[in-house]
Amino acid sequence: MSANGSGSAENLVEIEHLTKHFAVKQGVFARGHAQVHAVEDVSFEVRRGETLGIVGESGCGKSTTARLMLRLLDLTAGTVRFDGRDISKLSQRKLRPIRREMQMIFQDPYASLNPRKTIGQIIGTPFAIHGVKGAKTRVQELLETVGLSPEHYNRYPHEFSGGQRQRIGVARALALSPKLIVCDEPVSALDVSIQAQVLNLLRTLQDDFNLTYVFITHDLSVLRQIADRIAVMYLGRLVEIGESEQIYEAPKHPYTAALLSAVPRAGIDPRERIMLIGDVPSPISPPPACVFHPRCPRFHKGHCDVVEPLLRELAPHQWAACHYPLERWPMSDAEIRQAEGARREDRPHLEGAAHEV
Amino acid sequence: MSAGERAHDDRLLLDVRGLTVRFPTPDGVVQAVSDVSFQLHRGETLGVVGESGSGKSVSNLAIMGLLNRTRTVISGEVDFKGRNLLTWSSDELRKVRGKEIAMVFQDPFACLHPMYRVGAQIAEAVTAHSDIGNSRAWARAIELLDHVGIPNAKSRARDYPHQFSGGMRQRAMIAMALVHNPDILICDEPTTALDVTVQAQILELIEGVKREFDIGVILVTHDLGVVAETANSVMVMYAGRIMEYGPAFDIFSRPQHPYTWGLLDSMPSIDRRLEALVPIEGSPPSLLTPPSGCPFHPRCPYRFEPCATKLPPLEAPTAEAHLDACWLPWDKKVELGTQRAKKVAA
Ligand SMILES: Nc1ncnc2c1ncn2[C@@H]1O[C@H](COP(=O)(O)OP(=O)(O)OP(=O)(O)O)[C@@H](O)[C@H]1O
Ligand SMILES: Nc1ncnc2c1ncn2[C@@H]1O[C@H](COP(=O)(O)OP(=O)(O)OP(=O)(O)O)[C@@H](O)[C@H]1O
Ligand code: SF4
Ligand SMILES: [Mg+2]
Ligand SMILES: [Mg+2]
Repeated sequence: MSANGSGSAENLVEIEHLTKHFAVKQGVFARGHAQVHAVEDVSFEVRRGETLGIVGESGCGKSTTARLMLRLLDLTAGTVRFDGRDISKLSQRKLRPIRREMQMIFQDPYASLNPRKTIGQIIGTPFAIHGVKGAKTRVQELLETVGLSPEHYNRYPHEFSGGQRQRIGVARALALSPKLIVCDEPVSALDVSIQAQVLNLLRTLQDDFNLTYVFITHDLSVLRQIADRIAVMYLGRLVEIGESEQIYEAPKHPYTAALLSAVPRAGIDPRERIMLIGDVPSPISPPPACVFHPRCPRFHKGHCDVVEPLLRELAPHQWAACHYPLERWPMSDAEIRQAEGARREDRPHLEGAAHEV
Repeated sequence: MSAGERAHDDRLLLDVRGLTVRFPTPDGVVQAVSDVSFQLHRGETLGVVGESGSGKSVSNLAIMGLLNRTRTVISGEVDFKGRNLLTWSSDELRKVRGKEIAMVFQDPFACLHPMYRVGAQIAEAVTAHSDIGNSRAWARAIELLDHVGIPNAKSRARDYPHQFSGGMRQRAMIAMALVHNPDILICDEPTTALDVTVQAQILELIEGVKREFDIGVILVTHDLGVVAETANSVMVMYAGRIMEYGPAFDIFSRPQHPYTWGLLDSMPSIDRRLEALVPIEGSPPSLLTPPSGCPFHPRCPYRFEPCATKLPPLEAPTAEAHLDACWLPWDKKVELGTQRAKKVAA
């Protein structure tokens, strides 16, 4: 995409054509293996000091993208540049010093903390691994930073509530002063009142420590509170990316529109809601051309299922991969189905193609 | 509503009074549900909201007679069609359960047997409470699957649960719940495990089913957005007690309880980025040793003299207001509520 290739100093992370296929056994009777197309040709950059949100439904490849970015998984294809350096093929040993600078916070504050270790040991682990001195004082400072008390040093995870455990996860991620923190559904398991505590904490820390976040969630309301830019994924593909305001106020991709419209809220007339048909198809045999076409309210037969839509810049810094992007927003279900034929100039070779819905 | 009126209310399905559930455990007695009272009418969706562990599921399990009676202490009254379900034998309850009152859970996988075809499981539910033959039961299963929006129901009925997507499994569960035309459908977090686009489909399906069969729905969820959109009346629970109970519109437009204010204010908004979210400080209490007085008082920014010692009753502070359980005087609630509304609008 735009800034890629050049290795701009403004970007902390740049990923290009990122692709990950997992080999899986298919069914009980099938011989041989099938490929899960978990992430397919995804490119974007993460700017220094920003929060890039990644949103999309279950299984669309959010976590896999993040794990590839941190090189916790090997890439099938593509490149990852971190802080100006191509880390796509670095050995685990060469990666170690870089690992300090990129940390991760997970969804489940229960599963990600070792129950047999004290809070001091858990947060102190990165210091021990990287041979940092004065660990205890540092850990106690970190506990205060995340709103816990230094006296918690010798306690065990089970003595803490969900929100407190997530604070422990944040403290552990902060320990080695990273540049990048990937937060994978960090508040999804928490009650709303506690969610707000953790979101406020993450926002404050970003300012205080000049952090860059990649924030993964399926919750668009949470994302609005924290993201500067948003990447929308569907079935392993990046379908739209733009400034947060653009995504919420002027989405271009019909999938983004459907996601926004599906959020339950007071005062909405469900009959106006953009209703998608069915569920997300299997990533083992994704639909041809536009992967969204079987569910898309703007589907044009003979075009969307034949020609793959590429990401196009439809507004400054806002890119979407769709042949029939939205002309305006909001739209009702009936309105979105009336894609303007005016976009013909984009596809002269298809002049006269059937406009079936 | 007085007892006299109640007798004449032929739309009334369920009248729960003083429902209390205790779990004796080695660590002490878990006070899971305390003095819960509510009513459900035909055509009504009652939204039950509250944080994790507030007693939402346990209340409904008690109503369904699904709690182990030897290990649970239950008291109160659950009037269903004029009879108190809590005094029924397990056998009598089994006849009502699934037939007149049906339940849909968060995780359909836990309720569908992985080794049997979806259609067969629904057909079995059909034959369980009636003497319909197998082939007619199978036909009814297909009809129901079709009704809840499973495409090609005839062939998909032969699928195993794992061949269904999450949304389709939840549809199948709803089909199963509808087998005997129940009067009440209890849905416990029916969409929590689903994606938003699929959640929207399932909520619409539940609403459609409610209208079509003129039944009552209890919708348990922690998502205030879901409740705001679908419920007619709302019950806000905290630490096993009802904090506030009334018509949905009133609860969202004129909330009366500091806990409800806290919940609404900590909800992230999809419409704009807030300067700072306003969390409720602290965390929910242990139900082994719930706080004295108002259960919310340790986290309440407005607590005053009686709150720590005296339990506030669930009452309507004035004739125009709905029910809440909070000691704050009415004019104070109005003042704080107005301030809050101004802040939200700004
Ligand atoms: N180790 C693996 N082996 C095989 N398939 C995998 C593996 N990890 C992930 N997948 C598959 O890759 C796809 C993308 O998964 P991923 O976990 O990245 O999705 P996600 O967007 O994070 O979803 P969620 O919101 O459910 O966390 C899914 O279809 C998933 O089943
Ligand atoms: N069988 C049991 N024995 C002891 N305690 C129990 C039992 N079942 C539930 N509880 C406790 O009762 C309380 C209420 O639980 P309940 O499941 O009703 O909460 P909930 O509001 O449905 O929460 P969630 O949103 O997490 O589903 C909790 O503190 C729970 O730990
Ligand atoms: S009773 Fe007291 S502590 Fe409880 S909510 Fe009202 S003001 Fe707060
Ligand atoms: Mg994930
Ligand atoms: Mg529950």
